[in-house]
Amino acid sequence: MPSLVVAEHDNKTLAEATANTVTAARQLGAPVHVLVAGHDGVRIAEAAALLAGVDAVLLADDPLYAHPLAEPLAALILALADRYDAVLAPATSTGKAILPRVAALLDVPQISEITRIVAPGVFERPIYAGAVLQTVQAPPGKLVLTVRTTAFAATGAGEPAPITRVAAGPDPGLSNFVGETLSQSVRPALSAAKIVVAGGRGLQSGENFKLLEKIADRLKAAVGASRAVVDAGFVANDYQIGQTGKVVAPELYIAVGISGAIQHVAGMSQSKRIVAINKDAEAPIFQVADIGLVADLFQALPEMDAALAKRGYN
Amino acid sequence: MKVVVPVKRVVDYNVKVRLKADGSGVERANLKMSMNPFDEIAVEAAVRLKEKGIAHEIVAVSIGSHQSTETIRTALAMGADRGILVVTEDEVEPLAVAKILKAICGAEQPQLVITGKQAIDDDAAQTGPMLAALLGWAQATRAHTLEIDAGTARVECEVDNGLQTIALKLPAVVTTDLRLAEPRYASLPNIMKAKKKPIAEKTAAEYGVDTASRLKVLGVAEPAVRPAGVKVKSIDELLNTLQAAGAI
Ligand SMILES: Cc1cc2nc3c(=O)[nH]c(=O)nc-3n(C[C@H](O)[C@H](O)[C@H](O)COP(=O)(O)OP(=O)(O)OC[C@H]3O[C@@H](n4cnc5c(N)ncnc54)[C@H](O)[C@@H]3O)c2cc1C
Repeated sequence: MPSLVVAEHDNKTLAEATANTVTAARQLGAPVHVLVAGHDGVRIAEAAALLAGVDAVLLADDPLYAHPLAEPLAALILALADRYDAVLAPATSTGKAILPRVAALLDVPQISEITRIVAPGVFERPIYAGAVLQTVQAPPGKLVLTVRTTAFAATGAGEPAPITRVAAGPDPGLSNFVGETLSQSVRPALSAAKIVVAGGRGLQSGENFKLLEKIADRLKAAVGASRAVVDAGFVANDYQIGQTGKVVAPELYIAVGISGAIQHVAGMSQSKRIVAINKDAEAPIFQVADIGLVADLFQALPEMDAALAKRGYN
Repeated sequence: MKVVVPVKRVVDYNVKVRLKADGSGVERANLKMSMNPFDEIAVEAAVRLKEKGIAHEIVAVSIGSHQSTETIRTALAMGADRGILVVTEDEVEPLAVAKILKAICGAEQPQLVITGKQAIDDDAAQTGPMLAALLGWAQATRAHTLEIDAGTARVECEVDNGLQTIALKLPAVVTTDLRLAEPRYASLPNIMKAKKKPIAEKTAAEYGVDTASRLKVLGVAEPAVRPAGVKVKSIDELLNTLQAAGAI
């Protein structure tokens, strides 16, 4: 039977995480169907249908899915699960909320944040903040997997797959959406950026993050942060990179005033190139950095800003 | 209302874990163990509900070896009222944990279960939503703030692009994120008092739950180490290197 990928979207655009998850699903060897549960979701279904490697798109279009509430989404997936051998979702805040519900009601274990498909039914996943990679074999029965998107390249564009409408699932009526405060940023999203510039406690204040943002804007980079500065309220929670925040793997990661605790490194160690700027030559971040600069960031950042301007990065 | 808080004993977040010599798993002998930090936040959140007069009783539950009694004592010292220890030597997977907790909720009839969003050992992030699903309850994961009012929990959740507020019908399961509540340190008098608070000992079998692993661990490995990097002396040298590599 085919595999079902739960599409990630905000009812406006299909998230790139879906394309990464399709790549993982392809590696299971079975046809891949994508489920778009949304409200006025036709355009999202069309975008999903254009992903290479997708054989069919199911569209459940209903006001019930105007916001990603875990209970109705899990109920919908369960109603479809009979026809699938595997259900996959990206390990995003939504995917992580929904899929364990599905697994529990199917009475199968979930395998979280897979980073590699070793063989059919055998998966690698990080544990202990990525200090250990565990290889696990799933029992016979349905697979329920969340996918670490940075570990699977996004699938490209292909021939359009057919879109089929499916009935909305039941409304468990357990929760309501009240509102949201979304981060407004003109910069690229952390999960999609080619370059990430991240700041830590060394920045000392939210105000000082401007020093970092200037560099980010010159490099068209996203801005990230360590837990310490999110806790201190310098930046919003969705900036946090790490074991318990976001996992990123950009082409270039520039860590400024970040010590390199294992919980932080867990979220960025797969970056292609890592630069660290820290005034402490012994900071653990230098152990994972490809290029290190021991310097006071309050001198280094303005200098970098000026040097980038001189080199034509506007 | 009654609040159930599951607490897990894990390797302390400051300890670097190593593999067993035979590669069969993670060496946990003689390591510093602590309550999972997200569970500490859950206990704190529950105690604050009690201080506000919203919760009247907090039951801390741990599933693990006898040493998990220490973890329950920590919760009791922070302000939980009593404990339940489900003794097992197995490494219990999240689904079995959720089944045991479901049975406990059946007996205890709480209005709210507050769990950590993930445990920092297996990083699975499954128990809370699995429990909510098995009970047929509402859930909110990654709580940033939590308010209880007239049969409803209003929870602001940390989502990937900001904060989302949802209202849950009680009873419900809420999982904690880092910013929900800063855990208090237990005072010495409270640590003493905690020694007298009751802890009931149970087994998974009493709850009719099989704790045998369903996933088979085929092996563990350490990730590849990154090759040693270079140090540059100046911003200009840094930018030259990055430009030469086509990285910027
Ligand atoms: C349950 C749990 C989950 C966690 N999850 C995460 C997570 O997801 N992500 C995360 O990041 N952390 C996480 N942490 C926290 C982690 O353990 C560290 O405390 C945190 O990463 C430290 O942040 P930092 O590097 O900014 O601060 P610090 O460790 O305080 O480091 C600040 C660094 O700045 C440098 N510095 C100071 N001044 C200057 C200057 N003028 N110029 C240059 N350098 C300077 C210092 O030398 C130091 O290296 C978690 C912790 C726990 C317990």
